[in-house]
Amino acid sequence: MKLLVTILIATFFFGKAYSSSKDLLKIDWSFAGPTGKFERDSLQRGYQVYKEVCASCHSMQYLSYRNLSQKGGPEFTLEEVKAIAASYEVEDGPNSDGDMFERPARPSDHFINPYPNVNAAIASNGGAYPPDMSVLVKARPGGANYIYSVLMGYEEKPTDFDLDVGVYYNKYMDGNKIKMPSPLSDDLIEYTDGTNATQAQMAKDVTAFLTWAAEPHLEARHRTGTKVIIYLIILATLVYFSMKKIWSRVDAEK
Amino acid sequence: MSEHEYVPTSKAGKWFNDRLPLLSLGAHLSDYPTPKNLNYWWTFGGILTFCLITQIVTGIVLAMHYVAHADLAFESVEKIMRDVNYGWLIRYIHSNGASMFFLAVYIHIFRSLFFGSFKSPRELIWIIGMLIYILMMAAAFMGYVLPWGQMSFWGATVITNLFSAIPLVGESVVTWLWGGYSVDNPTLTRFFSLHYLIPFLILGLVVLHIWALHIPGNNNPIGIDIKKPSKDTVPFHPYITVKDIFALLMFMIIFAGFVFFSPNVLGHADNYIPANPLVTPAHIVPEWYLLPFYAILRSVPDKLGGVILMFGALFVLIILPWLDTSKVRSATFRPMYRQFFWIFVVDVLALGYLGAMPAEGVYLFLARISTAYYFLHFIVVLPALGFLEKTDPLPASISEPVLTGGFSAVPTRSDKTIDEKKIT
Repeated sequence: MKLLVTILIATFFFGKAYSSSKDLLKIDWSFAGPTGKFERDSLQRGYQVYKEVCASCHSMQYLSYRNLSQKGGPEFTLEEVKAIAASYEVEDGPNSDGDMFERPARPSDHFINPYPNVNAAIASNGGAYPPDMSVLVKARPGGANYIYSVLMGYEEKPTDFDLDVGVYYNKYMDGNKIKMPSPLSDDLIEYTDGTNATQAQMAKDVTAFLTWAAEPHLEARHRTGTKVIIYLIILATLVYFSMKKIWSRVDAEK
Repeated sequence: MSEHEYVPTSKAGKWFNDRLPLLSLGAHLSDYPTPKNLNYWWTFGGILTFCLITQIVTGIVLAMHYVAHADLAFESVEKIMRDVNYGWLIRYIHSNGASMFFLAVYIHIFRSLFFGSFKSPRELIWIIGMLIYILMMAAAFMGYVLPWGQMSFWGATVITNLFSAIPLVGESVVTWLWGGYSVDNPTLTRFFSLHYLIPFLILGLVVLHIWALHIPGNNNPIGIDIKKPSKDTVPFHPYITVKDIFALLMFMIIFAGFVFFSPNVLGHADNYIPANPLVTPAHIVPEWYLLPFYAILRSVPDKLGGVILMFGALFVLIILPWLDTSKVRSATFRPMYRQFFWIFVVDVLALGYLGAMPAEGVYLFLARISTAYYFLHFIVVLPALGFLEKTDPLPASISEPVLTGGFSAVPTRSDKTIDEKKIT
């Protein structure tokens, strides 16, 4: 018991030392907590937001189209994924003549990059690199809440705040300056499932999608973890009583 | 001890054991007389063995998939997380396993400090343990570099740069460590090589650690010498094994809690950003288990001074058996040391906290106070206590913890004769 308390204190202590949280907006995410799962609809809508809004600047180089049909993800059908992939052109080759050629993407292809290289991305975005979104949620303290907060955090700048041209005021960004203009606004896109595309709805969906992208095995991890903990508790109980029985021989001598 | 007379029952066993006495060793480990009053703080030796084996096994599997190249390392880790079957599980066990390993080793070390396990005749066990601890820090540091994220890169830059503080040859040493003029691919590949090597060095030292332990036998919560085997001891198996397994399972539940439900809480978010030599993170912070030393390093305005103090902090630990002059081992019977022990614990926790904070203003001031106290504890308090402190009377044996009067004696070897009389 003393041990547990010590460990809890230590965890709290060091956990606190690391979190430099401003008061982020907090959403009751479906994937939070030990039994958390993603909502398929939300992930599918989130992908639509990524595809139609984010993908014009942000790459997701560690994801492949096949991941979209993977269990625990948006779970598009294989047919849908094939159709999604086929709507992109990728460079392949060299062919037997030694030439590179374009072909429609297959599910096994990686998400195509919006820019040929990092420098091109920087040049097209006023000197700021739009970060790759594959693990973005894990790369920011505050995770999903942070991403959601930044998406919702665009405000009019306070009158005494200096901003250069092409820089925007964001409540949750470090230094309150961000090069990305507010990417989401009400009814910016039309959801295929008919959901009302408010800014908050899109921010929530795309954040869920990015969380899945950063942690594609989250559901399996939660499921396995629950089983492992239950197994360990049962085993520990059995061992505890074995221990009591074995030690009773010694204790009896007292 | 009975292992000398151990004779295998089977003919084949006898044939084998005459040529290589592994069965005798097994019998020794099984019969090994252990004080019967060991509390749960004594279970961390077994837990640490589990941690080491876990790190080695998961590490070997990760090395099958990991690519040690500056351009490919980050991507290969993402491949492990996404495409390797249960790669996420193996990597999260390995990365959280490092933290769990240090959590256990810190408890193990503080247990030794509280109960005086480092004192005669166990000085070598302590020193070997400290060498293991230093190797663990080296292995953990190099392991943290391998994913080649921002904290990997900048942590490696900061720590390797410490060696540039060495007078005259510092710069050359750093170039030699890097294999170039900055932290780059050659640095990564050699760190990978050494990261694979060190755990096996640790394993070798662990064997020596346990070997050295089995000469005097375990210390115990009252810290007195006991006769072995006797009414005060139990055979290691099944008594200690079952207790160790129970404690290990408790530990595994906490371990699993981290791995499955918050696998990234002990790491730093910046390490999910690929290494970029052109962008320095706002705060370069080592992993939590290195923070107290980081705080000591930064509390000195001079670079060389900081490095000397940091290594000094380890050095005073190594020579601890000669700094603590008290003949009484367990803090249970040392009313003053007991207070100073807890102040020291708070001091180390404070250093850990301050190591994570920016080195400025009040944080820096507090870090300096805490650093000063750290050394004060070892260099002034411990040597002085041995002379100033009036220790409580010691019991004559574990079986008779109630004082029979007259034995305020220190636990020297002459106590054994007393013990023998009591027991026989």
